[in-house]
Amino acid sequence: MPVTLPHLSRRAFGRLALASSAAVVGGMWRAAPARAAAPTGEPIRVGILHSLSGTMAISETTLKDAMLMLIAEQNRKGGLLGRPLEAVVVDPASNWPLFAEKARQLLSVDKASAVFGCWTSVSRKSVLPVFEELNGILFYPVQYEGQECSRNIFYTGAAPNQQAIPAVDYLLSEDGGGAKRFALVGTDYVYPRTTNQILVNYLKAKGIAEADIMVNYTPFGQSDWQTIVSQIKAFGSAGKKTAVVSTINGDANVPFYKELGNQGISATDIPVMAFSVGEEELAGMDTAPLVGQLAAWNYFESIDTPANTAFIKQWHEFTKNPRRTTNDPMEAHYIGFNMWVQAVTKAGTTDHDKVIDAMIGIRQPNLTGGVAEMLPDHHLTKPVYIGEIQDDGQFSVVWKTPALVPGQAWSPWVPETKDLIGDWRKPIACGNYNTATKTCLGHRHA
Amino acid sequence: MHRVRTTCLLAALWLGAMLLPGHGARADAFADLASPQLGAVTAAISTLAASPDPQAGAALQALGERSLFAAPDGNVYIRHGENYVEARTGQPAASVPEGMKPIRLNNRIRAALAGVQAGRDLLASQPATRLRAADALYARHDPAMLPAVEHALAVEKDAAVRTRLTEVRAATILGQPPAPDALASRLEAVRALGGVGGAQARGILAGVAASDAEAPAVRHEAQQAVSRIDWHLRAWGVAQNAFYGLSYGSVLLLAATGLAITFGVMGVINMAHGEMMMIGAYVTWMVQQAIRATVPALEPVAILVAIPVAFGVCGALGIVIERGLIRFLYGRPLETLLATWGLSLILQQAVRSIFGPTNIAVQTPGWLSGAVAVGGMDITLNRLAILVFAGLVLGGLMLVLRHTPLGLQMRAVTQNRRMAALMGIRTPRVDALAFGLGAGLAGLAGVAVSQIDNVSPNLGQSYIIDSFMVVVFGGVGNLWGTLAAALALGMGGKVLEPTIGAVSAKIAILVLVILYIQRHPRGMFPVRGRGVES
Repeated sequence: MPVTLPHLSRRAFGRLALASSAAVVGGMWRAAPARAAAPTGEPIRVGILHSLSGTMAISETTLKDAMLMLIAEQNRKGGLLGRPLEAVVVDPASNWPLFAEKARQLLSVDKASAVFGCWTSVSRKSVLPVFEELNGILFYPVQYEGQECSRNIFYTGAAPNQQAIPAVDYLLSEDGGGAKRFALVGTDYVYPRTTNQILVNYLKAKGIAEADIMVNYTPFGQSDWQTIVSQIKAFGSAGKKTAVVSTINGDANVPFYKELGNQGISATDIPVMAFSVGEEELAGMDTAPLVGQLAAWNYFESIDTPANTAFIKQWHEFTKNPRRTTNDPMEAHYIGFNMWVQAVTKAGTTDHDKVIDAMIGIRQPNLTGGVAEMLPDHHLTKPVYIGEIQDDGQFSVVWKTPALVPGQAWSPWVPETKDLIGDWRKPIACGNYNTATKTCLGHRHA
Repeated sequence: MHRVRTTCLLAALWLGAMLLPGHGARADAFADLASPQLGAVTAAISTLAASPDPQAGAALQALGERSLFAAPDGNVYIRHGENYVEARTGQPAASVPEGMKPIRLNNRIRAALAGVQAGRDLLASQPATRLRAADALYARHDPAMLPAVEHALAVEKDAAVRTRLTEVRAATILGQPPAPDALASRLEAVRALGGVGGAQARGILAGVAASDAEAPAVRHEAQQAVSRIDWHLRAWGVAQNAFYGLSYGSVLLLAATGLAITFGVMGVINMAHGEMMMIGAYVTWMVQQAIRATVPALEPVAILVAIPVAFGVCGALGIVIERGLIRFLYGRPLETLLATWGLSLILQQAVRSIFGPTNIAVQTPGWLSGAVAVGGMDITLNRLAILVFAGLVLGGLMLVLRHTPLGLQMRAVTQNRRMAALMGIRTPRVDALAFGLGAGLAGLAGVAVSQIDNVSPNLGQSYIIDSFMVVVFGGVGNLWGTLAAALALGMGGKVLEPTIGAVSAKIAILVLVILYIQRHPRGMFPVRGRGVES
């Protein structure tokens, strides 16, 4: 999720986070391999580039913990290529330039074979040139706005066509209420603006008139929603079924939903489909008035599969806290890490070029019963779920895409990128290949 | 009387169902509730709703409560605690089948159930229930409900419900394309709906006015009704916006009142002011938790209990801060700024360490939720309460300053500290109490803000800038100025917001304030006098 808000605070990571951030004070912490039957030899280093302090710590610390859990698990299973894995944790402190500095350190000083990290789009944009210059490997686990395809980054979160588009499809369908009018409400920054640009074009292609689309942006941390909610209410009373698509970020959602409730708008009147509200966000809310409101993700904690149950159990044991929730970016790291393990095994080496080439086509079962496949444009195939908020703060899945959706780096709904594809296999080997002119627009690997 | 007729009607329906060849299908309506096709589920809901079988009602209720389960063999069960009852027969299940899944419930199903419930409530014994059902049906104006509405209208005695039902019928009729020879009934419906007004009626009427299928007379009548409603909506829109402005202004006022004392009257640049609000909000939460744990019956008034507690806690904390920190820094604004800013970070981190970084959920009691409709506008109750509360706090503060010894001494110390000291006023004590008063007022603001905003350790940061802006804009040291500035900024923001958007409105307000302060550095209501000059 490309978020940069200053108060995303909502995760109870408690003692473990405190202890680990204390240990991280020198900037680094080496997790020793665990078991007696541990693999031997020169350790393979895995970089973890998530903020452990500053505004993003609340979201990113969980991902660092998830990575430590996955690495410990892999070492218990005998490591990789007979060698132990060693986690190298650095703290970029929610400071975007520091992300680039820490990335450089991980790649050139620590010689990390792969790096798992970043949350906001701006941090990803900050490390991208470093990974391309030093030919590193980055796994980026958060849903984002797309329109990027680097050879050195594997995007394990959702592209817009794996979240936003299916969510709107659901709202348009009869089961989802058959909406004919759309209010696109978002926080004012790059992710909502790019997503809404894609959605407006998509809705128009679906026959929704310009007058039936309302777009509204608010500042970070907006708390006075009276005017906007009454605008939505007026917009929704024109006799056509109306739905709200919300890219409102972080805890500004709480007063937004509260105001909806106070002005008497329920999910059956005007449903709200959110892209940034997950299990974590609901933890700080009174969910009773929200029952029936919607969210679109590729993973929900409530999905009942043996793999997910085992994962949640493992997570609770690792964190020693039975109330910690799991979420979509954690699943993305689970998939990304296991894919990398497979690719290294397949390549027989941790050499970056060989692993990058080996990654494409790797298949890894996800936690909800499907299989993720790494595509030539470094995005994944993912199922898309629509969940409705329940009064217990979890989501119940009301709809899923009939098949896995392959991620698209470049949106066909933006005029400038509709002909672009990414394909890092030979002979194209290009991140922004124009299929109409058959040329690579400069994002090429020799 | 109408109960008898209802029973007759239901009996007739039931007989009809028995005689129809499709009778066997009715039993399968139970199984259809578990169908993966939501269309089949809604059809089954309609079938069951029309059925006189008491099991049908129980099954629908269970579906709405998510206690209806489907077994792999196609049977449907209702869960009562640990036990399962077969939905079709009402018999306890002999053995609980493996692999039972709750039947999914989404907004489409919820809406269908709500429609069924409203249709049923049309014949309830309480007029209030019938009225609520009519309201629900008005919002849906579902053509399938027309026979039920007609029937209810035929038996309804209560005048208010009758009126509402007529409007429901009008909306339902106009929501469908016109039937031939329906001119008179449609004209009548247009007039009825035109009389109701409101955005929803406008939407339907605008559809009628734009439709080629309508008779010209109907279209003309509808067009006129739309113009009338538009005028009303615009007028009420202005009133509604004024209320939003007042409400936003009242939040600013509450946040700024405490600062008007510490900064405005005492001249202390208190960067920890926002943290006092934050602590007030946390106190509210703690009071709620304590009351819930001890006397749950008092939970709805916990927020009222929290008001004096928050004032006391924050006031005491303010006195401690003044005695322990601020008093060493009088006359050194830069050091005060840095020290209080550091203090604000310490307080934030302390709260984060104790309560965790997560937002906490402060409950809004039922009597503060929802809205009342006044004419064409909605007054949300929590905002109204804050508006009243802000007025009371400001009024109370005025009284304290004007009519108590403390207020007199405070004013004396502000105006001429040495002279006041010579007159026997213990100035350090007055300083401490004044700072405590300011902190306590911030705590009160925290109680109010906990009802409309997120309560997290960062809460204070989002209010500190606005608070300083209000105090400086209004004129430092003048409470009336603070009031005027808060309302002006609130109104200004809300007048601009609908046209230029929330982001630009915020920028525009800041630019206007900067321009104003450039010309009038002492704010809107500058305090004049010798004391100020020194």
